[in-house]
Amino acid sequence: MENFDVGTNLLVIIPEIGLTILAVAILFMDSLLPESRRRSIAYLTFFGMGLIAVFPLMLSPDGETYWGGMIRHDMLSQVFKVIVLLAGSITALVASTTSDLGRKGEFYLIMTVSTLGACLLSSAADIIMIFVALETVSIPLYVLAAFNRQDKRSIESGMKYFLFGSFASAVMLYGFSLLYGFSGQTGLQGIADALRAGAVAEPVSLVIAIVLVFVGFAFKISAVPFHFWTPDVYEGAPTPVTAFISVASKAASFAVLLRFFVAVFPEELSVDGQQMQTFWINLVIAASIVSMTVGNVLALVQTNIKRLLAYSSIAQAGYTLLGVAALQGIASEGVDPAAQGVAAVAYYMLMYTFTNLLAFGVVAIFSDATGSETIADLAGLSRRNRWMALAMTIGLLSLAGIPPAAGFIGKFFLFNAAVSANLEWLAIIGVLNAIVGLYYYLVVIKVIYVDRSADDDKPILLTTPAGVMLGITTIAVIILGVIPQPFFNWALESATSLFS
Amino acid sequence: MVPLWMFLTVAAALFVIGAYGVLARRNAVAVLMSVELMLNAVNINLVAFWRFSDPVASVSGQAFAAFIFVVAAAEAAVGLAIIISVYRSRYSVVVDDVDMLKW
Repeated sequence: MENFDVGTNLLVIIPEIGLTILAVAILFMDSLLPESRRRSIAYLTFFGMGLIAVFPLMLSPDGETYWGGMIRHDMLSQVFKVIVLLAGSITALVASTTSDLGRKGEFYLIMTVSTLGACLLSSAADIIMIFVALETVSIPLYVLAAFNRQDKRSIESGMKYFLFGSFASAVMLYGFSLLYGFSGQTGLQGIADALRAGAVAEPVSLVIAIVLVFVGFAFKISAVPFHFWTPDVYEGAPTPVTAFISVASKAASFAVLLRFFVAVFPEELSVDGQQMQTFWINLVIAASIVSMTVGNVLALVQTNIKRLLAYSSIAQAGYTLLGVAALQGIASEGVDPAAQGVAAVAYYMLMYTFTNLLAFGVVAIFSDATGSETIADLAGLSRRNRWMALAMTIGLLSLAGIPPAAGFIGKFFLFNAAVSANLEWLAIIGVLNAIVGLYYYLVVIKVIYVDRSADDDKPILLTTPAGVMLGITTIAVIILGVIPQPFFNWALESATSLFS
Repeated sequence: MVPLWMFLTVAAALFVIGAYGVLARRNAVAVLMSVELMLNAVNINLVAFWRFSDPVASVSGQAFAAFIFVVAAAEAAVGLAIIISVYRSRYSVVVDDVDMLKW
């Protein structure tokens, strides 16, 4: 047993320690402040997480594992930690604008704990840690989805999320137990070394383990065919919770999916002449195609804006899986498709976080003011509040992939990575799907700007936090779309750290 | 000594029964019980693999099983709380009756 250096080990989990302190502070404020002043808890969460998001940027990751191999301190984990912390921070601001969650201290506490889990998940390098972190993300989210006890739909969505989620994690665990059985190890690197040394003679047994584990991850990123919970939960859960589920838990799950498959089933691993990488890449490609298609086609017929965004988020998971599929590419002429793919996924998750928070932020403010979530009721939003209409338009354009919004660049990087990995046909399917997607996003924009409604003369007022939230996310979406290079280089740097 | 494959068979059978229960039972509490069955299957797997691993010095299999106990308890607590609030709002815990959200 090597020496355990407490100082360095603690330094590695500084963001997690910060979140724990923040959670305790929220707990105290909730019990000490009178009901009328509890909205300040939201601002504490916003500034607290914003501040903590700076820590991962200041640490210099070395690619080593810490805490007995539980956590890998590399650039990729830092990038995803920043993403989930920003997501949590902005979600707090979204929640502060709503009348049902704004003053509920426990909401911010539970959300902070879920963010803590997402941070750990982005750096987990051991199947025990992956499991515990995944549950630390999920269990608070079950509670949050069912948070509005007066609202039957919210409770229903909580129950559905819980039943699907616990089933998926049990399936994934069975896969983990098989991997442990084959290798006698729980660390990802240890498992990989044992497999390379020929711990498994039959490819079939590894294939079973891969499928079982993939089910668990596919559930978390809401890829088809494990997406059934997504529309119901997105519609029923309180809107800020939906926003958080759609970005933070998804981003962290993509991080762990990349880390797990790259570490355990790398290109050079072949069992009995069968290359394992080909198998899981094909699984990813299949999930990518059906997610894109099913998500986009079903989104066409939606009448509820949150349900539409749910199907859109299934489609977006499909696009992102394109970047994961690019891992099959072999480096040549100075271009490494695998690194490009990982970087594209990281960049896409960064821009998707801001874009989706922007769209759901507008929906949260709108439904809080009018009590409606149907697309038809968005009619005349441009006359009721033109800033909200503009923000929503930018968000939807970014989801659709229209420049100058960030979504265009994000999709470009993903398709580019797929092409450089010799998956041209997959990129073409992606582009065709993006065209289908364009239709339903533009319909919403048309409703906002062209359609008339009886309430045209009733303006919707923006509070200061709501304005700040929309401002931050809109500017971030534009900046990521206009000057993507520094951010992409950052993502590329993180991608290389995954392979070293 | 009981060979490893016997443990694995029991675990696999438990897992399949649990999965069948999740998919076939209509009562939310029964679904939750089936999930617990699946988690127990995983625990049997882990502990059996640990016992037969060579050398037995590493305790990671046992540690993993212990973590699963704790998380399963937390999950059951949250799950039952959610099921109770479903019952309070609808006077039913049958999954088919909880159907406000669809398509």
